Amino acid sequence: MDTESSVTTEQTLSDEAIIEIIDMHKWFGDFHVLQGINLTVHKQERIVICGPSGSGKSTLIRCINRLEEHQRGRIVVDGIELTNNIKNIEKVRTEVGMVFQHFNLFPHLSIIENLTLGPIWVRKVPKKEAEEIAMYYLEKVHIAEQAKKYPGQLSGGQQQRVAIARSLCMNPKVMLFDEPTSALDPEMIKEVLDVMIELAREGMTMIVVSHEMGFAKSVAHRVLFMDFGQIVEGNTPEEFFENPQHDRTKLFLSQILH
Amino acid sequence: MVGLLGYYLVSNTLHNLEKQSIATGFGFIHQESSFEIGESLIDYSAASSYGRALIVGALNTLYVSFIGIVITVILGTFIGVARLSTNWLVSRLAAIFIEVMQNIPVLLQLFFWYAIFYETLPSPRQALNPIAGVFLCNRGVAFTVPKTHPAHAYMAIAFLAGCIIVYLVRRWAKKRQERTGQLFPVFRVSMGLLLGLPLLTWWMAGAPTELNMPKLVGFNFIGGLNFSPEFIALLLGLVLYTAAFVAEAVRAGIQSVSKGQTEAAMSLGLRPPMVLNLVILPQALRVIIPPLTSQMLSLTKNSSLAVAIGFPDFVSVANTTINQTGQAVEGVALIMLVYLFFSLLTSAFMNWYNKKMALVER
Amino acid sequence: MEDIIQKTSKEEIKPPVVSVGVIGWIKANLFNGWFNSALTIVTLFFLWKTVPPFFRWAFIDSVWNTTGQVCRDAGGACWSIISSNFRFILFGFYPYDLQWRPLLAMIILFVLLFFSQNRKLWKKPLVYAWIAGLFIMGLLLRGGLFGLDPVESTQWGGVPLTLLLSVFGLTAAYPLGVVLALGRQSKMRAVKTLCIVYIELIRGVPLISLLFMSSIIFPLLLPEGLTINKILRAQVAIIMFTAAYIAEVVRGGLQGMSRGQYEAAESIGLNYYQTMRLVILPQALKIVIPPTVSQLISAFKDTSLVVIIALYDLLKTTQTVLSNPEWMGFSKEAYVFVAILYFLGCFSMSNYSRKLEKELSRGD
Repeated sequence: MDTESSVTTEQTLSDEAIIEIIDMHKWFGDFHVLQGINLTVHKQERIVICGPSGSGKSTLIRCINRLEEHQRGRIVVDGIELTNNIKNIEKVRTEVGMVFQHFNLFPHLSIIENLTLGPIWVRKVPKKEAEEIAMYYLEKVHIAEQAKKYPGQLSGGQQQRVAIARSLCMNPKVMLFDEPTSALDPEMIKEVLDVMIELAREGMTMIVVSHEMGFAKSVAHRVLFMDFGQIVEGNTPEEFFENPQHDRTKLFLSQILH
Repeated sequence: MVGLLGYYLVSNTLHNLEKQSIATGFGFIHQESSFEIGESLIDYSAASSYGRALIVGALNTLYVSFIGIVITVILGTFIGVARLSTNWLVSRLAAIFIEVMQNIPVLLQLFFWYAIFYETLPSPRQALNPIAGVFLCNRGVAFTVPKTHPAHAYMAIAFLAGCIIVYLVRRWAKKRQERTGQLFPVFRVSMGLLLGLPLLTWWMAGAPTELNMPKLVGFNFIGGLNFSPEFIALLLGLVLYTAAFVAEAVRAGIQSVSKGQTEAAMSLGLRPPMVLNLVILPQALRVIIPPLTSQMLSLTKNSSLAVAIGFPDFVSVANTTINQTGQAVEGVALIMLVYLFFSLLTSAFMNWYNKKMALVER
Repeated sequence: MEDIIQKTSKEEIKPPVVSVGVIGWIKANLFNGWFNSALTIVTLFFLWKTVPPFFRWAFIDSVWNTTGQVCRDAGGACWSIISSNFRFILFGFYPYDLQWRPLLAMIILFVLLFFSQNRKLWKKPLVYAWIAGLFIMGLLLRGGLFGLDPVESTQWGGVPLTLLLSVFGLTAAYPLGVVLALGRQSKMRAVKTLCIVYIELIRGVPLISLLFMSSIIFPLLLPEGLTINKILRAQVAIIMFTAAYIAEVVRGGLQGMSRGQYEAAESIGLNYYQTMRLVILPQALKIVIPPTVSQLISAFKDTSLVVIIALYDLLKTTQTVLSNPEWMGFSKEAYVFVAILYFLGCFSMSNYSRKLEKELSRGD
């Protein structure tokens, strides 16, 4: 990754934790998919999670906005604990934005309608104001000219940028990314990563599940390696890539960075 | 070549008809029919013309089809949703219903229900009374209904007025939401108006509560709302059979919306009812409406089987007409024309709907 | 900076008891949330009210092998109506001693169907087997050759008639449907219009009107003295009806073919017939196998309509038994029996179709 776009991790992280996961376990039936996860995420921190498929990375971040339910342990997001309390779940979801691997734009709505849906129906914002917010973020992701089009008319990279803008319209405190570039053709990956880097530059707290190691190197405060439902190792990008501590990490890195 | 064949067939036909002294042309429409029709929505007697008889038949077809379609759509949607329920028991039962009803010919189902009436149900003297005011016997089903009262007319007007007001309220609420962002409880207010206004009218008209109860007089029930066994059997058979197919269409439609759509909507913080209304239903309906329309047409065409159990639908009446006048060609042609009309209407609607709703793609 | 290592404890932590095993399944599937719990209870109550009485009627109080009088005295289901009239219901008026012939014909049909299930066997030998099989079946029913006594078609009935109408109906309708679909795409105006008119006309009218047309009007179309037998008339109506629906199904398949296929065939120098036969149709027809099987199921169910024009198919033979004074009043049992037969036939076909769909979408 070009060093000029590397967002420095020298800016001091606030000590304030925005997400706390304490001894979290999750089972799918008998399968122990997340085993004793302990993780603290600070405000404005950027974390990249990598690992082999089936390691539980996606499940982990999906637990953070309650798309999956955990059975043991605690998850606290911005002071709100995730339990069966529906009101709390909804509050958390408005503060946590999620970008999916397969974009999940609403095909029957235009781009701008996709973006204004959340503000209008959840934050009860008047239509005009919602559209102004939407146009602002569309310009930020460099796709304002497509506002009236429909998702079916855009390329994968364009759709993913719209998806990012859609989450941003809700003014989240944390952005979760679930393999955002895995479903994209190679030539479109850069445009999406560039948007994510700009987002990082502005100080957004981000948790990214991804295999894009260049992105991790230039933007992340921490890189975590997960395997078999556990966080095996976590370190600054330099330490992580230069001095992996565990054999499993070393094996994984050798497979990824050839 | 085709022309020659056509000419040959036509000349044969005309020759044969002449031999059997069967008339041609549609003159018979004005002749006296001299047969009775069991049930009719308009006045009719054996002295009426064949033309009138055919109209009675057509009205009966429309009547049973319309009621059948309404009940089928409701029942089918219900079963389709039940099929997707997270409750194992409910979803299994729905699946069994769908499989069984789809795989038994509709005519057989019609015969079965008709047989239930004249074999299993008791005579009017010992009629079953499952709920107060409803009587089941082998002469049909009788319902208790409110006695006709001028208040009913006013209630109908109140309901229509309610519909108009609801429409205006919705428009106003939408504009208000666009302006200020605030949500108005449109659904609850609509329900209140549609139910409340007629109720208010009823109360103001003196709250008439007199009922028109079916009474056993001699060998039959007089009064109340009566449905013949033929009608009920036809309705039951058609509805249960078609509902199974509608259920499958509804299920397929709901499942066609990928899980990611729900997840994306929920991640934005939308509540489940909103997710359903704004994201899932619009997409699901696009997939559901086309097969639903063809099922509605299928029900209308299947209503022609009424001829087998003696319900006087259009085909039934046309059949009697053919038997009496011998003019088979005109009779069958009439039957085909009428149903063709329904089909083309439905096709046109579907084409229009599909064009309007097609998702815009590159 | 920090290492976050999770020490895997040697003893596995088990998931909460309430979420696994039988209890877990019951909780997750029947009682998750108060709404579902209420639903389960209501449904169980409803089942308790209906299923035991039905079992009592159908099995415990039922009579299986007696006369009609005994049946009337007993309270339960009278299955004797089936056991006593078994052969008539299944074979209609076919001469009693010769009923081994339609039985053999049905066995041949089932054997052919059984082997046709396996897609690996879909090659030339199977097609020849089918042609030979159909011919033999017709021969067995008709007789008149090879020392078999002739049996007039007026005496054919029951299950063989139903199967005959469905199988011959579909076999003849399929090529006709393909031709219609191709004709609908044709560039010749006359052909195209003719095909569209035919397809839309037939699809827009109920089958019963076609049956009426064929049984009443066809005789009028023929010169004096020439008659067609009743079964043939009904068969023609069913063929015409099914062909229109098959045409639409095939049209779907043809529309799914990309232009590239036509262009490739053209560039090799194939003419229209060769292109269709060797390149387009094999692919298009394969795509629409599931909807085609669905049409077969519909055709099978639709044969029951010949009751209305007084042909003695399975439904009509049953009704004939019911009109016998000894067995009057047991329609429920008789119809349930026939329903089970139809259900078995249709269900196995639709099951097969689902299996086929899975296989085809996997790309085997």
